[in-house]
Amino acid sequence: MSDEFPPRPTPVQAAEVNRRQRGRNVALIVALGSLALLFFAITIVKLGHLG
Amino acid sequence: MMSSNVLATRGGEQSPLLLSAPLMSDNGAEWRDWLLLLKPRVVSLVVFTGWIGLYLAPGHLNPVLAFTAILCIAVAAGSAGAINMWYERDIDALMHRTRKRPIPAGRIEPGAALGFGVALAVGSVLVMWLATNAAAATILALSICFYVFVYTIWLKRRTPQNIVIGGAAGAFPPLIGWAAVTGSVDVLPLLLFGIVFFWTPPHFWALSLYACKDYTRAGVPMLPVVAGARETRRQIFAYTLVLTVVAVLPWMLGYTGPIYGVSASVLSLAFVACSWRVLTDRQDGSGVSLTEDRPAKLTFRYSLAYLAAMFVAIAADHAVRAL
Repeated sequence: MSDEFPPRPTPVQAAEVNRRQRGRNVALIVALGSLALLFFAITIVKLGHLG
Repeated sequence: MMSSNVLATRGGEQSPLLLSAPLMSDNGAEWRDWLLLLKPRVVSLVVFTGWIGLYLAPGHLNPVLAFTAILCIAVAAGSAGAINMWYERDIDALMHRTRKRPIPAGRIEPGAALGFGVALAVGSVLVMWLATNAAAATILALSICFYVFVYTIWLKRRTPQNIVIGGAAGAFPPLIGWAAVTGSVDVLPLLLFGIVFFWTPPHFWALSLYACKDYTRAGVPMLPVVAGARETRRQIFAYTLVLTVVAVLPWMLGYTGPIYGVSASVLSLAFVACSWRVLTDRQDGSGVSLTEDRPAKLTFRYSLAYLAAMFVAIAADHAVRAL
């Protein structure tokens, strides 16, 4: 066993970490995209009231 | 080395991945863990009661703004839950019921959870203000602060009345929904607030009767830990009686029709019957159940259905009266 610290991840560990990171990134993109759409919709409604 | 061989777990399942400690703190969380921080089951009830407040309110709110208001209530409740999990991570790790939550299980760093909760709390209040009005945003902010500062930080570890006073935090959503439409608060949403407020103690004390060991281990002064099971049974019954009176007030004061009145009466009497069974459960000298707390478990489950059914009844009553 190597004395390296932190221990270098095995390929299986690295793949698992990548999978989790990808999942979080996708969730973040969906959340940010939805927020942008929500702000757009709120703006349209508010402008409609002004009109 | 111990720390380099921590097995990542989620719920009862074990991940095939052996994670080193640095990897676990930075990359161990999945997106679901962040969602779990928001206590989704609690949020679902909050969303439902908030929507009822919004539905019952006189006036009209654009569907986009109504959706935004409900979303803000959900996110705010979730943010308060995340901050609560950050603060209670030490006792969560000691209790069987909570030890697999993302922070005590080591999947999310406490500081990250706090930042996540605070960001969502601030964001939800600002968006509520932007989409609806200052009154709804103010009550929303008040509900978050009440849950975090009054219930979580001040009361929970100090007094067996934690649930009684802290129950107000979960009672705010109907007020917020109503205020989002009207910009003010009226008697009916205050009565809905009262129903949730008086429902909370028997609901949580029924749970605490059979989770007493967990609370004792964590040093949380829940009523059964401090005053014993017998006194808790008496308190559950007393609060259910008070709840029954509060539950029929909207009908007696003329804010609802007979659909709600009859439903509330029947549902509340059934709740009283459940709590009577808790009171008269076979028990030893100190009030500890000899039936594995079956009546308390039934009462806890019934209380969840009760609250949902009460709010469905008031919505149905409103819909029929609007025809």
